[in-house]
Amino acid sequence: MIADNVKHMLETEEKNIATRAAYGAKLAELGGRYENIVVLDCDLSGSTKTSVFAKKFPERFFNFGIAETNMMSAAAGLATMGKIPFASTFGVFATKRAADQVSISIAYTKLNVKICATHTGITVGEDGATHQAIEDVAIMRSIPNIAVISPADGTETEKVLEEIIKIHGPCYVRLCRGSAPIIFNDDYHFQLGKGTRIYKGDKATVVCAGFTTHIGMEAAKELERQGIGVDLINMSSIKPIDSRLLVESAKKTGLVITVEDHSIIGGLGGAVCETLAEGQPAKVIRLGVKDRFGESGTPKELIEAYGFGKKDIIAAVKENIG
Amino acid sequence: MEEKKKNRLKKVAAGLRQDIIRMLCLAGSGHPGGALSMTDIFSYLYFGDVLNIDPNKPDKKDRDRLVLSKGHACPILYAALAEKGYFDKSHLKTLRKFGSILQGHPDMNKTPGVDISTGSLGQGLSCAVGMALGARLNGQSLKVFAVIGDGECDEGQIWEAAMAAAHYNLDNLIAIVDKNGLQIDGFTKDVMDTEPLAEKWKAFGWEVATIDGHDYDQIEDSIQKAKNASGRPAVVVAETVKGKGVSFMEGVCEWHGQAPSEEEKEEALKCIGEFKTD
Repeated sequence: MIADNVKHMLETEEKNIATRAAYGAKLAELGGRYENIVVLDCDLSGSTKTSVFAKKFPERFFNFGIAETNMMSAAAGLATMGKIPFASTFGVFATKRAADQVSISIAYTKLNVKICATHTGITVGEDGATHQAIEDVAIMRSIPNIAVISPADGTETEKVLEEIIKIHGPCYVRLCRGSAPIIFNDDYHFQLGKGTRIYKGDKATVVCAGFTTHIGMEAAKELERQGIGVDLINMSSIKPIDSRLLVESAKKTGLVITVEDHSIIGGLGGAVCETLAEGQPAKVIRLGVKDRFGESGTPKELIEAYGFGKKDIIAAVKENIG
Repeated sequence: MEEKKKNRLKKVAAGLRQDIIRMLCLAGSGHPGGALSMTDIFSYLYFGDVLNIDPNKPDKKDRDRLVLSKGHACPILYAALAEKGYFDKSHLKTLRKFGSILQGHPDMNKTPGVDISTGSLGQGLSCAVGMALGARLNGQSLKVFAVIGDGECDEGQIWEAAMAAAHYNLDNLIAIVDKNGLQIDGFTKDVMDTEPLAEKWKAFGWEVATIDGHDYDQIEDSIQKAKNASGRPAVVVAETVKGKGVSFMEGVCEWHGQAPSEEEKEEALKCIGEFKTD
C-alpha cells in the first residue's frame, strides 16, 4: 500500500534531482516573493546552489568567504534588522565548525535564521571524511530552539522551504549532494512535527529521512513482494519529531528499523530511540554510520560498505521479525 | 568638549561605577575590571547625545544599535540602561540571580535595550556586521556600535568580521576596542600578544584612531570622526585602565572576574566618590 501523495517512483521515468538543486531553484523563486530574504554563503555558492539566488538578487546575496563562524553570527545580526537570512555552506562547516555561533548567536536568541546545509552524510562520496557530515543532526538536535528537517526529495525540499519561511525562528535544513528520485507529488504538504507514512504494514516499522527515504521505499516494496508488509515512515521533521506516529506504528509492529545517512548516535536513530523508550518501548535496529568516520568512494559503494542500503534494510527486518 | 558637559558625563560615570560595584557585590560574582574600564566611554555613548535611542521604545526600528561583544562587561551596560530608564534600577540588585532580567551575560530576550545576546567572545562583532549590512539594505541611516575587548581580539572570528566589514565598506559600523591590556590569565602581552593592534586594524582596511579611553575630549573626537567615516568601517582603539576608578582594582588582573566583598565595596565606593569630586 502506498500513500496518496506519493508517486509510484519506481515506475516513473522522472529525472532524479538533488535536494540541494531543488533548494537553489526554490530559494530564487521565494526571493521574488519575499523581499526580506537575504542569502549568505561561504565561498560554496556553486555547490550549495545559492548561486541561483545570487544571480537573480545580487544585492541580497552576501558571500562571506571561507569564514563560517562570521557568517552565522552575521546572519543573526541581519535577522535582528528584519531580514530572513538563509545561511548555506556544507553540513560539516555549518554545524561542527560554527556550532557555538549557531547555538549562541542564532538559537539562544531565537532569531529567524534558516541554516540550509548541503553535502550531508557519507553520500557526499569522493571528497571523503572531512566533507561528510555524519554528526550534524546530532549537534543541531541537541541545541534548544532550533528545528531540524531532512527533506527526502526535491518536492519535499520545496515544501519545507515554503513552510519554514512562515515559521519565525531558527531552522536547520539538511540537504544532499547526490541525486535521488522524486517521491512526492505536488499536492504533498510538509508540516513541522509530522512524519509521512508512505507504505503501510504490520510486520515492522522502517523510519527514514533525507537520502535514505527512497532506499527505504525500495526495500519496503521488495518486502511487500515477499509478503512482509512494513510501515515505511518518512520522518523529515527530525525535531520536533512525530512521536504520535512513531508510538502508534511501534505499538502495532513491535519492531523498528531506522535508516540514516548519519551516525547512528544522536541522529534519526537516536531520536527514534528516545521517543520510543519513553512512549512505546520496542526493539530498534539502527542502520547508518556506526561510530566511525566516512571515507572516499561512490555513494553507492559507501552505502553498501556502511550497511544502510536496500538489502541491509531487508535483512534487518527479516532477521528481527517474530 | 565643553567643561560643563565633561563634568556632567564624569558625574554620570561615577554613578555608573558605583552601580557596577554595588550590583557585583550583591551578585557575589561577575566582572568588575572590564566594566569599569569601559565606563567613561559608555557615559559618553549613552549620556553624551551620541546614541539615537529611546528607552520608552527599546525596539524602535531606526535606533542606533550597540553590541557589547565583550559580554562579560555587562554590568556597565546594565548600569547605563537602568540609568537611561530602560528598566527600574531595582533590577540591578538581581544581577545573576535566578529569574532576573539581568543575566550573567547579555540576553536580548530578557533585558530591554540589549540589541543582541553576547558572551561567547568573538561573535558580537560579526553580529554587528550583519546589523550594519541589514541597516544599509533597509536604507536606514543608523549606526552600529560594537564594543570588543583586546583579549577578545585573540578570537579568529574578530578578524573574520573585520575582513568582512571592510570588504562590504560598512561605514555605518563603529568598533571600540577596550584596550585595557589585561585578560583572565594575565597581561595580554604575556598571554597572547595582539600588538601592534592598531596596525592590524589598519591592515584590515579600517579607519583607526587610538585614544585615551578615559579622556572625554579624545573619546568625543574619535567617535564623531568614526561616525563620519566614509567607505570603510572605523575602529577606536581605546587605551584604558582595567578597574578604572577603583584604585585597588586598577591594573590588577585578579579583578577581571571577581566580585568585591562588603568591605571592598565600601572602599571602592569611597574611591569612586573621591574620583567624582576630582
